Amino acid sequence: MQMSGAQMVCEAIIAEGVKTVFGYPGGAIMHVYDEIYKQNGFEHILNRHEQASVHAADGYARATGEVGVAMVTSGPGFTNAVTGLATAYMDSIPMVVISGQVPLSLIGTDGFQEIDAVGISRPCTKHNFLVRTLEELPRILKEAFYIARSGRPGPVLVDVPKDITVEIGEFSYPDSVNIPSYKPTYKGNNRQIEKAVEAIKSAKKPLLYIGGGVVLSNASDLVRELAEKTQIPAVETLMARGVMGSKNPLLLGMLGMHGNYASNMAMSETDLVISFGARFDDRVTGKLSEFAKYADIIHVDIDAANIGKLVDVDYPIVGDVTKVIEKMLPLLDDVNPDRYNAWREILKRYDDLHPQSYVDSDEVIKPQWAIERIGELVGEDAIITSDVGQHQMWAAQHYPFDRPRQWINSGGLGTMGFGFPAALGAKRAHPEKTVINITGDGSILMNMQELVTAAEYKIPVINLILNNHFLGMVRQWQTFFYEKRYSETDLSFQPNFKALAEACGGIGYDVSTKEEFDAAVKDAIEQDKVCFMNVQTNRFEDVLPMVPAGGALFNMMLPQKTESKKENS
Amino acid sequence: MPKILKERRVISVVVMNESSVLARVTALFAARGYNIASLTVAPIPNSDMSHITLETNGGVKVMEQITKQLHKLIPVYKVIEHEEMVEKEMVLIKFPIAENLSDIAALCAAYNGGIANVGKEMVIAQVADEPKRVRHFIEAAQRYNPCEIVRSGVVAIER
Repeated sequence: MQMSGAQMVCEAIIAEGVKTVFGYPGGAIMHVYDEIYKQNGFEHILNRHEQASVHAADGYARATGEVGVAMVTSGPGFTNAVTGLATAYMDSIPMVVISGQVPLSLIGTDGFQEIDAVGISRPCTKHNFLVRTLEELPRILKEAFYIARSGRPGPVLVDVPKDITVEIGEFSYPDSVNIPSYKPTYKGNNRQIEKAVEAIKSAKKPLLYIGGGVVLSNASDLVRELAEKTQIPAVETLMARGVMGSKNPLLLGMLGMHGNYASNMAMSETDLVISFGARFDDRVTGKLSEFAKYADIIHVDIDAANIGKLVDVDYPIVGDVTKVIEKMLPLLDDVNPDRYNAWREILKRYDDLHPQSYVDSDEVIKPQWAIERIGELVGEDAIITSDVGQHQMWAAQHYPFDRPRQWINSGGLGTMGFGFPAALGAKRAHPEKTVINITGDGSILMNMQELVTAAEYKIPVINLILNNHFLGMVRQWQTFFYEKRYSETDLSFQPNFKALAEACGGIGYDVSTKEEFDAAVKDAIEQDKVCFMNVQTNRFEDVLPMVPAGGALFNMMLPQKTESKKENS
Repeated sequence: MPKILKERRVISVVVMNESSVLARVTALFAARGYNIASLTVAPIPNSDMSHITLETNGGVKVMEQITKQLHKLIPVYKVIEHEEMVEKEMVLIKFPIAENLSDIAALCAAYNGGIANVGKEMVIAQVADEPKRVRHFIEAAQRYNPCEIVRSGVVAIER
């Protein structure tokens, strides 16, 4: 069929089953937008900033497991998208970003709105393409979606020069791809899997270390089955919250810098780490030489480069977590779950000794209380996104996540401003679910223009702003490590959040008591409008436990015991 | 952990011959802080692939990461960390015409090379040999006041 390059882009998006595209038009991508106007195979959401478009596509991808699609123009349109690409790259999120480029004849001439998009995005995409002829466009689009979702997923950029979008040629969308140099490994090596299973059977203190790869691989049910069958306790990384389910007695909690006591002690004392889809990030391991010091390590990862990158691994298994656990389960039929009773007892005592806790207050809303309360009010049904900072850690610690893809946050790159646009994407993917962005008074301002997008398209997401008038996480570090010199972290000067939301067509709530909080949440859920819920919290609350950067996991700064009713601010 | 030994290593990378593939490989080295000592690239005859030979250095762990990270690049087809290899390097040296030509010719002959070009004011010698012997040749050539030395970088093939 004869059609223009712009039409080919649209046809490929439709053929890939994408229902929503997020983007922002501009000169170099105008022909594609002209075709978007004419088609009705997918909807387009006009964000008010390209960074938000990419985060929204990212949120869509995280909520569904499908490839998210964003579209931007050349030059500044593309550079605005870079933070979004990097965010998705660090968390291995399948995404295709299509960017306009100046015409081929102008490339390299410093043309208006020209920038070397493939050059800039090379280190923050899984792969990228600059389309050089119309003939290769259908193949490139097909490969882009394939590369984005296969193997270890990631964002792919397709940079399309303007003249190629105008040119007319034959279009037939390929059914399959053939990239001889790209063959991801899905099946784990049988011999290695058998050896790993033997190690599990002979271990005394094994520990499941569950990472975001389990979510990406949709392997949560299998991980739960494996844990259930063997009765091996589990810790989750930030990216894996929801995999085990908050009510699962085998789940110790989140580990790492702000992990709970039992989780970090378990990792410090285990004799066998069973890692599924985790990458031993520095925020998880703390001081490497002290990390899981007494343990052998089984590392299952689809990305061979993750294995042995930071810690020496005894049982490396390159493969898809799903495929590997499917093979492990029958081999574990004869495992005796009582074998680990003593170990679970020890961990139980650790948890009783220092449970995840905070000191509540009657005078002021504590951020942890707000998160727990949201959990009680909307619980399992909601999708929770977050920005980056204290509120993110409190959400990860205190929200009762019960299923994968319920928790959407920027873990690897730590991008402030991620939560609101990601919530838009998640809500568009799951309109029936309550979507709440747990955010702070710092982060929310980094993409607050999305109020307009949300209002225009009637995407009713709730922004729960835990307002401590501080850039809280940096303030916490200043308190601990910089002798309370609060350099540029005091956010006492603030917009009127309620009025700001209203000015953009949303709803605002000012909340400073628990009663107001409940009332506002109930009202916000019933409304079909986006809202800012400005919750005044105490200013000097710290995220605890905390392992100082570079410290050993077992050296935690712990919260006050809950029995003593004193404020810890 | 054992002390990290900085060993010289030669890696061959077979890549799809497409635009910016070399940039992907070199950018990876830059981004991850690996060192490139020398680099040669040329298309593989009768194929749509190219052969990149890289000379680098690092301990076992670093080398493992380098090869794994290279493998992750989509257009990278094969990575060979050379163990038993034949490796060659070429060098061109320009000498003033006033130097003793027969001495230079004899020196080149000793290193399996010869005189490549003689002009009005200079003579160009060429040698292609193992990198270590090329180094020795360059040292020996110093006494003839070379005005320019160009090395090709290493090409290697596994035995």
